[in-house]
Amino acid sequence: MAVYERTYRRYEGPLTPERRRFLAFPRYAFDEVFRSKLFLAFCVVCLLYPLVLACILYLPHNLGFLKLFNADAETMSQIFGFDAKFFFEWLMRPQMAMAFVVTFVVGPALVTADLRNNGLALYFSRPLSRTEYVLGKVSILVLLLSALTWVPGLIVFGFQVYLEGTAWLRTNWRAGLGLFLGAWLWILLLCLVSIALSAYVKWKPVARLSMILVFIVTAGLAAVMNLQFRTEWASVINLSDMVHVIVASLFGVPPSSLVPPWAAWMSVLATCGACVLLMARKLRPYEVVR
Amino acid sequence: MSAAIIELDDLSVRFGRRPILNHLRGTFNGRSIGLLGPNGAGKTTLVHTLLGFHAPCAGTARILGYDVGKEQRAIRGLVGYMPENDAFIAGMSAVRLVRLMAEISGLPPREALERAHEALFYVGLGEARYRRVETYSLGMKQMVKLAQAIVHGPRLLFLDEPTNGLDPPHRRRMLDLIREIKNGGGVHIMLSSHLLRDVEEVCDEVLILREGEIATYCDLEAERQANRKFIEVETLGDNAVFAEEIGRLGCEYALLDPHKLKLVLPAGVEIRHLYRIAADRAVQIRRLDYRRDSLQDIFLRAMEVGRGGL
Repeated sequence: MAVYERTYRRYEGPLTPERRRFLAFPRYAFDEVFRSKLFLAFCVVCLLYPLVLACILYLPHNLGFLKLFNADAETMSQIFGFDAKFFFEWLMRPQMAMAFVVTFVVGPALVTADLRNNGLALYFSRPLSRTEYVLGKVSILVLLLSALTWVPGLIVFGFQVYLEGTAWLRTNWRAGLGLFLGAWLWILLLCLVSIALSAYVKWKPVARLSMILVFIVTAGLAAVMNLQFRTEWASVINLSDMVHVIVASLFGVPPSSLVPPWAAWMSVLATCGACVLLMARKLRPYEVVR
Repeated sequence: MSAAIIELDDLSVRFGRRPILNHLRGTFNGRSIGLLGPNGAGKTTLVHTLLGFHAPCAGTARILGYDVGKEQRAIRGLVGYMPENDAFIAGMSAVRLVRLMAEISGLPPREALERAHEALFYVGLGEARYRRVETYSLGMKQMVKLAQAIVHGPRLLFLDEPTNGLDPPHRRRMLDLIREIKNGGGVHIMLSSHLLRDVEEVCDEVLILREGEIATYCDLEAERQANRKFIEVETLGDNAVFAEEIGRLGCEYALLDPHKLKLVLPAGVEIRHLYRIAADRAVQIRRLDYRRDSLQDIFLRAMEVGRGGL
């Protein structure tokens, strides 16, 4: 019907499958976030980084480069030392930092816009459960961060396997596992913390400050406490450090902290649990005053 | 078999220890139901419970045959909701907001966009549809809320105080739209308001809540037809004697105050008889009006009379 007719009519056309409707959230969110040219440029840099790394991995296999240094491929590979530790230090850790920056920009805006003006009532009066709402919001970050972390990470890893052969894969398979599982763990933690903080404070700038508080100020606080009490256990409040410990154990490389992986897992899981509880409490169509 | 539009089955809701709705029972089938009650009577809580926002602590309710406790998803696919307070998503234009809501209700993206444009034109925001909702006036925000509530073509529309904060022209426009939707689109409407005139203008049936209980439920049209026309007389002089005399004529009467009485003329008694009695008893008739019970009378009676049910 043409809009000029301006009469009310019921919709009787086809409907989309119920379980896929939450995917409308990422579509709308990507339209919003990529309007910022600065953010788009940052994402391009994030994607260029693994490309540069892939070029570095290729260099020892380039005849011209080998001739330049008058060396063979095996010697060059040994010099560069492309092993699990290399992937951890030069791929995983920078990608974790980039993922944090992306979450810092995108995460706090996801829920605050809905909460500040009672938008949740509009969502929840439709066939959309709270779980689907959270899934929809989490999927925005998961899709974005996956595209910037483990997907290019595994492509670079696959490229290295292609260059070095299965013998290298047998020795360094944990790098692939670490890249995949470590990135997922970091993504989930970032998603839950950013959404839970936004739901709690309901104001984008304050939510961003809270993220700095949770990930950066606690790191400083943990370092001070470790020094003061001559222990390593204060690091359990430093979430990024704990994820590094877990990821290092997945890569099979020595961790930066002396906190054992099980304690790191406990710390991360406790944080995730607290975030889920906070979301369950705050993401309601209306807050009931009892 | 056609299910009732709304069925309340001993529905009770508590917030903590505070009872908000107490054992509500009833079946409502009207095309448009007005939900009336003073502030704090439980109108909004009833609407929210029907939408599944609050879980009943006892009893249940059914909308179009679906249980509000167990089949919320099915219900939410069939209803539209216009909240009382500001409700929008900051940073979104009206057309994006309404389109997103349509998509979440299950419309494919293309149809959702088409319907969003239509709905916004329909409510009179066609020219302003690309503006961000937070820049809208209060009246425009109300219209966006209506647009998002109707965009997916619901079978039942919950309107919570739709004329809140509207100036007279916007209020008139809103009520006209609601009436048009009710009459033209095969939609049932539940309009919650504390403004009696709004309900009277739009609704066929009225459910009056008081302190979380049903005080009255009536079919306004039937009530209007059944209500006998009565006469309200304002006098100066000995009203009691005058009332006694007209009682002898066979009139039913009630003294409202020392100078005012309400009476129903039986067959065969005419106005001139009243004037004759007044002249005989030296009572002046200062004003004489024909009246029917208005919604205000029904409402006030419901607030005064003891608790009822259906």
